Amino acid sequence: MSAPSSGGASRDGYGAALLEMLEDDKVVVIEADLGKSTKSCLFRSQKPSHTVSLGIAEQNMMLVSAGLASSGYIPFASTFAIFTERGFEQVRNGIARPNLAVHLCGSHGGIHTGTDGSSAQSIEDLGIYRTLPNMAVLHPCDDVSTKALTLALKDHDSPSYTRTVRNKTSRVYTEEEASNLRIGQFSYLKEGNHVAILACGVMVQEALSAHSILEEMGIKSTIIDVHTIKPLDVSSLYDIACMTCAIVTAEDHNVIGGLGSAVAEALVGLDFSRRIPVEMVGVQDKFGQSGQPSELMSHYNLTKEDIIEAVQRVLKRK
Amino acid sequence: MGNGMGLSIEELNEMALQCRRDIVTMVWKAQAGHPGGSLSAIDMLVGLYGHKLRVDPNKPKWEDRDRFIMSKGHASPGVYSVLGQRGFIESSDFDSYRKFGGICQGHVDMKWCPGVDFSAGSLGMGVSFGLGCAIAANLDGSERQTWVMLGDGELQEGQIWEGAMAAAHHEMGNLNVVVDRNNIQNDDFCEVQMRMFDVAGKFAAFGWNVTEIDGHDMTEIVNALDWAEANTDKPSCIVMHTVKGKGVSFMENNPKFHGSAPNDEQYKIAMGELQ
Repeated sequence: MSAPSSGGASRDGYGAALLEMLEDDKVVVIEADLGKSTKSCLFRSQKPSHTVSLGIAEQNMMLVSAGLASSGYIPFASTFAIFTERGFEQVRNGIARPNLAVHLCGSHGGIHTGTDGSSAQSIEDLGIYRTLPNMAVLHPCDDVSTKALTLALKDHDSPSYTRTVRNKTSRVYTEEEASNLRIGQFSYLKEGNHVAILACGVMVQEALSAHSILEEMGIKSTIIDVHTIKPLDVSSLYDIACMTCAIVTAEDHNVIGGLGSAVAEALVGLDFSRRIPVEMVGVQDKFGQSGQPSELMSHYNLTKEDIIEAVQRVLKRK
Repeated sequence: MGNGMGLSIEELNEMALQCRRDIVTMVWKAQAGHPGGSLSAIDMLVGLYGHKLRVDPNKPKWEDRDRFIMSKGHASPGVYSVLGQRGFIESSDFDSYRKFGGICQGHVDMKWCPGVDFSAGSLGMGVSFGLGCAIAANLDGSERQTWVMLGDGELQEGQIWEGAMAAAHHEMGNLNVVVDRNNIQNDDFCEVQMRMFDVAGKFAAFGWNVTEIDGHDMTEIVNALDWAEANTDKPSCIVMHTVKGKGVSFMENNPKFHGSAPNDEQYKIAMGELQ
């Protein structure tokens, strides 16, 4: 895969996707004062007639979006990941329960958010939205895949939650490669039969870095970008589990409730001829703090080295 | 396009009486539900469906229909009774109230019952949802109206005021709210649980047109509905003063009948009074 090394933050991909939807008068962008941060401001500047700014009031934002969806519009509503959670019950009862196709985007997800500190670093968003029937949950790894998947959501007729991140990350995909991504399907980035590393968000790049080091150690790893946490690609998970018999998950999210949990839940429901050990790399049920992203990722054990150690542990359990 | 059903005040009052009988019967048969807030709201519900709303029971999802958002969704027997009168559902459907698989779910639900525009049950959300519907109408270039009914107790939810502020900010002249000021909530009288002081004054301070009426006087109801629709400069609020449990002596102004059913003897008394 010929990945360009430069790139923006995944939130830039969200803003770029909205700009691609300017021609569709059914698309409405909803903001709660953080449009400059989530990048919905780009759409607003081009099409204020179809942008609804609601001030710092997330609960209201959820139901205004639901009302628009019930009237045939396609609302894309965004704020920080953590602040979407203030409207969780509104999402549950007002959006997911009546299955209204509102597309929520929570930016600034994870410890990677950095210096803003723990109040702005949602480490539970993927987990809580995953528990809602009808909701799709996405966490793309770079700007181009965020753009492609956000564009795909326009034709997704159920509600969704997409987490983006604040800070720039290396690009994993070219635009062309990203256009082939499908909601609910694993994206295979590297193939190897000793272990499968399933990662999402900023941890995809860490997994790719780990792949090269593991290869030098004689360990062949499959790297999968799980950009869609729900619906999880269970049939692909079954295939890769049968092939490798060893799984590592990696996420900038609490290990309770997120990608690792989703994978473990799926695995226990499947029949295998042998046991499939799983090791989870993620936030170990603790809140973050201020700091540079690299400092924090290191402190909270969210690096390629942590993935490599998890691979070594899982291989011993094989 | 004619509004409502073209009924006289007398005919609307007759309809409200039949709805009261249906409300009490539904709750009695289910032995659960919320009679008090249905009976306080029913005259306005009849005013809306009988006089005002541009809706078509043959096309419940007609895109350009007026929207009615029942934010106090526990008062569902009131809504079902009037949906029956307007022809969206049959009176036989009333027997499905709170029953497994029934279209008359415990709280009104747009996924279950034709003619219902909002899945309610969690208080405080109706103004926001209605605001979304009203914005959609403007984007469509439609003059359709959005009506929201709130209970007074749910004004204690902060989201109501998020929505009220946003509706005034966006100058939503096509959004109209009715507050059922019956002074009782689940646990007790509102004055005990959480005083709300001057409700009309609060909406006025948020930038709304406001009027106060007797919510059991059909002439005042009809006039207020016409007044609200005619206001197009900013959102309008009708604070209607009502009696919880109106029409059934032992339910009137009695917090017990916010959310409990009459027994067989009480049912007979109630039906005797609703003649």
